[in-house]
Amino acid sequence: MAQRRRRPHLLCGLLLWLGLGTAPEAQRPPTIAAAANLNFVLTEIADQFARQRGTRVEVVFGASGTLSRQIQDGAPFELFLAADEEFPRQLTAAGLTRDAGVVYAVGRLVIFAPRGSPLEVDARLDGLARLARAGGVTRFAIANPGAAPYGRAAEAVLRKRDLWNSIRPQLVLGDTIAQAAQFATTGNAVGGLIAYSLVLGPGFADRGTYAVVPDSDYPPLRQRMVILKRASPVATQFYAYLQGEAARAIFRKHGYGVPQ
Amino acid sequence: MDWRALRVSLWLGAGTIAILLPFGIWLGRLLAVRQFRGKLLVEALITVPLVLPPTVLGFYLLVTFGARSPLGQAFQALVGQSLPFSFEGLLVASAIANVPFVVQPIQRSFEAIPTEILDAASCCGLPPWQRFLRIELPLAWPGVLTAAILAFAHTLGEFGVVLMVGGNLPGETRTLSIAIYDRMQAFDDRSAGVMAATLLVVAVATLMVTATLSRRVGPRRA
Repeated sequence: MAQRRRRPHLLCGLLLWLGLGTAPEAQRPPTIAAAANLNFVLTEIADQFARQRGTRVEVVFGASGTLSRQIQDGAPFELFLAADEEFPRQLTAAGLTRDAGVVYAVGRLVIFAPRGSPLEVDARLDGLARLARAGGVTRFAIANPGAAPYGRAAEAVLRKRDLWNSIRPQLVLGDTIAQAAQFATTGNAVGGLIAYSLVLGPGFADRGTYAVVPDSDYPPLRQRMVILKRASPVATQFYAYLQGEAARAIFRKHGYGVPQ
Repeated sequence: MDWRALRVSLWLGAGTIAILLPFGIWLGRLLAVRQFRGKLLVEALITVPLVLPPTVLGFYLLVTFGARSPLGQAFQALVGQSLPFSFEGLLVASAIANVPFVVQPIQRSFEAIPTEILDAASCCGLPPWQRFLRIELPLAWPGVLTAAILAFAHTLGEFGVVLMVGGNLPGETRTLSIAIYDRMQAFDDRSAGVMAATLLVVAVATLMVTATLSRRVGPRRA
């Protein structure tokens, strides 16, 4: 009987908790769309911004192509950090942004092999070519060149090394560079071409080996950000913060090139 | 554990039930007792979400209500926000995706009511509305309950439509199943594991409750 009497309280508690969750829109921190390669660096910058300025931003990570499409379809993002320049350009052409935006970082690509993989990594991908000739490449992970700029860069590298056609049947395509990294690190593939910033992230050090691919092997991954017309003052502040020295230092620490 | 995502999931489940139960009882009963032209088509349309990939539903919703479509722009002008990438948009998507889970059990339970009972009720002079409330609904009760539980459980597990129509907005459209995907992408396997286990427990519990209820409750005596 005592059991029974307590139940309404539980139910009320649950309903109260559900009800409290529906905060009015104005109080919500601005939502920022960011390419998946920014996972670790932007989380760190956003945390530092919150500590210094006392206001928070929410960051949603995804493939640049997906996020760009969502913005065109009406998703309520206020700032968009892409992995290339093309997607921001499209949004600007569609009249959704305040201006053409700025390049905030230049990304780098690494070849990565998880622990225990037969793949030997080197900057010129000789190890990958050897393994491919020996028929030892079961699966190799890159991001989807159709939706992720890092995937396009990976394709360019593989083409340059004359590996694209031979390795193509073994490619697994991640929706984002983060998913490609997931495939490459969990031993589901012999390795992959992934973002430098991800292998420098927490918990990656003991997962495998990597080598940075020379910048000259693929068109530069110039990453542009645009602020959208609906952006709130907090989003505008964050946009400026990202261009400041504090943020640039964090970008550098995470393996990005930072434009002058 | 992403508590906000759990909250969004629970709200979505409750909202889906609230929308679909009245509709399901109306349509399920209609399909059970009436014969009409085009009934086959209606039944096929109801079942379609069961066999279509969620991406098809997501595609049509985005094309129809996206910010670039005339209908989407009209909706935006009228309501002040867009339907996709909002909780309300998810609710619409979820309601459509769950139609078969709600209508079918209810239709079956109305079909299972012996016609003699209904005839007897009419003979005794019960008006149709009273007959529905006092006799049909209590007899069809297990089907209604099953429908509610199935819709709720299925909503918690919905992924494809939610990702396409809702995006991944924290506190708004990031459900628990999306949060798991999001945490996986962020290499946060621990949180993903906790949430995956939560959903697994909820799913098993839901099915056990359904089984127990359908055995114990049975049709109430009218």
